[in-house]
Amino acid sequence: MAQHSNKLAKIQAVTANRLLDGHVVYFTAEGQWSDWVDDVVLADGKEEADALLAKALPSVETRHIVDPYLFEVDQEDGKMVPKSVREKIRMAGPTIRLDLGKQAAVRS
Amino acid sequence: MYRYDQFDHKLVTERVNQFRGQVSRRMSGEMTEDEFKPLRLMNGVYLQLHAYMLRVAVPYGTLSSVQMHKLADIATKYDKGYGHFTTRQNLQYNWPALEDLPKILDELAEVEMHAIQTSGNCIRNVTADQYAGAAADEIDDPRIWSEIIRQWSTFHPEFTFLPRKFKFAVTGCSNDRAAIRVHDIGIELVRGKDGDVAFDIHVGGGQGRTPMIAKLIGEAISREDLLAYLEATLRVYNMSGRRDHLYKSRIKILVHDIGAEEMKRLVEEEFALVKKQGVLQLPQEEVDRIRAYFAAPDFETLDAECPELDAAMASNKRFAAWVNTNTAQHKQAGYTIANISLKPIGGVAGDASDAQMHVVADVAEKYSFSEIRVTHEQNLVLAHVKKSDLLALWETLEANGMGTPNLGLITDQIVCPGLDYCALANARSIPIGQEITERFADLDRQHNIGELKLKISGCINACGHHHVGHIGILGVDKKGTEYYQVTLGGSADEITSVGKIVGRAFTEHEIVDAIETIVEVYLDLRESPDERFLDAYRRVGIAPFKEKLYADN
Ligand code: HEM
Ligand code: SF4
Repeated sequence: MAQHSNKLAKIQAVTANRLLDGHVVYFTAEGQWSDWVDDVVLADGKEEADALLAKALPSVETRHIVDPYLFEVDQEDGKMVPKSVREKIRMAGPTIRLDLGKQAAVRS
Repeated sequence: MYRYDQFDHKLVTERVNQFRGQVSRRMSGEMTEDEFKPLRLMNGVYLQLHAYMLRVAVPYGTLSSVQMHKLADIATKYDKGYGHFTTRQNLQYNWPALEDLPKILDELAEVEMHAIQTSGNCIRNVTADQYAGAAADEIDDPRIWSEIIRQWSTFHPEFTFLPRKFKFAVTGCSNDRAAIRVHDIGIELVRGKDGDVAFDIHVGGGQGRTPMIAKLIGEAISREDLLAYLEATLRVYNMSGRRDHLYKSRIKILVHDIGAEEMKRLVEEEFALVKKQGVLQLPQEEVDRIRAYFAAPDFETLDAECPELDAAMASNKRFAAWVNTNTAQHKQAGYTIANISLKPIGGVAGDASDAQMHVVADVAEKYSFSEIRVTHEQNLVLAHVKKSDLLALWETLEANGMGTPNLGLITDQIVCPGLDYCALANARSIPIGQEITERFADLDRQHNIGELKLKISGCINACGHHHVGHIGILGVDKKGTEYYQVTLGGSADEITSVGKIVGRAFTEHEIVDAIETIVEVYLDLRESPDERFLDAYRRVGIAPFKEKLYADN
């Protein structure tokens, strides 16, 4: 199966898909949802991660997002880099269509 | 072509309106995701990695030019300018927004299209041989029978909530071009005792986690008994599923567990009951009514020989190669079946841009009675092209990236969306396919290798048919990294076989070399250029390939 949450993970963040267009979004420190992975708020260890996911869950009720879950992140040069290939692809877009997905949009 | 009757119109319109209500209730919060998800799936809407995906049904793979233009327009207006033709003879859009979906379904309904039966535990879109109504070798047009099955099964009260999804495929002759033996029920048209069309019913095939080859359960079932026999088969499956939950899965598991003999006994028993009720007898008039929709177009009376074509082939090598690989024999003199490859070197298998879809619609209108077929190998077909029109057709296709002469060759692959799009994927499929096409781009080399069906899936669901690829590639996930497992010797034609795993999986960087090694081993050991990869494999087995691949360990 796909690489969703991993119990041994150290640093994690929460991602989901937006209800209206299905696009990938990330949970921020302000409790908002951003299109950009660099905006994620990090959780260190299982307890923090569970608490973070619990904080994100009400957005399902408010119809902002669907299917929130935790994923593992590394920080490289101040950039957030998801560990798994799956999350790297979600963050950017299809690797075979660089003109599509987030990779195609320049962050304003 | 089949035209909607009033009943179909009403059904589809009602269904779109229903879905519009559901989407708006979901957006307003009256409906939760848990309530909404099964409803959106029933309407062909999935959530993938980057966006929603809409799967549009193309029943038995036949489209009109008007429909193709509409598919292109939708791609432009609501999506990102392209669509993906799949092995289920569907079209998928990868980027529609939730709120646009009812509008898209409305537009589809305008041209008698819909997304029903493309997902969920129902009887799915029936697939058929793409050469239907054209092939020189066919006993009867499989679309007639596919349509009869579709009408009988759509919204059949007993079959709306099956234990699992259920797939039919129909082929018009003994040359199986519809992979019927890897479907839940695969039907082959045969000649009955009286010389009439009859039906061999293969039951319990499938791919996914447990690939199975269907068993021949019903032999030469007559026209009037066809639906009764199918009903009986589905009932046996449905009841076994309900009784003890043991078979709450695919019919292939049931057939495997109880055996073909027992399955046959149960079906025959049920068949006797259904027959006694008599309501499911399929009358000749009904068949004739449906047959009329698929009446042969107005063919001209032509010579079988076409000197213009011969001359064009003599002066244009690439065109000649295309005619040799991408056309098939037509039953009508002077006509041919033309395959449009959606597998350009380095391209995404099955993808077509909006502009390409318009081009296909136009050439179909000009050269093939405005009709297009979608194949389970993710290509398109113009079924009735005059030989004298082939050059003009090919020139237009070639100018638009669809003239690649590679049908049935190593670069004509089935490739699932994989981890570039699919939320269930373990690994990417498309870039592996692309790299292989680039490695084998040389046409002479491809033609020298000959028929070789390479199929790639990004996970064990096997949407890319890897189990039945002569060479199959399966993406697996090892701790967040992509690996690729190779199987050899699969086949989905009249001699269906499931491929064998050759050994440990390869990394993304090793896989293309591994494929090349396999091809080189084959070229070395084949007895003659006529011995196809699959024949050679069946003769020598897996050992020589294994030896060479893992020589260094
Ligand atoms: C990207 C979204 C897709 C999802 C979420 C998806 C999901 C699935 C799942 C879960 C199965 C396994 C079902 C089972 O074993 O009961 C399956 C099977 C299958 N899918 Fe897909 N699929 C997708 C795309 C495609 C595409 C693009 C194609 C065509 C190229 C395709 C063709 C098939 C086929 C032929 C099977 C049948 C395997 C069998 O006989 O069991 N799917 N799909
Ligand atoms: S085989 Fe797996 S990865 Fe490929 S489309 Fe099907 S579910 Fe997705």
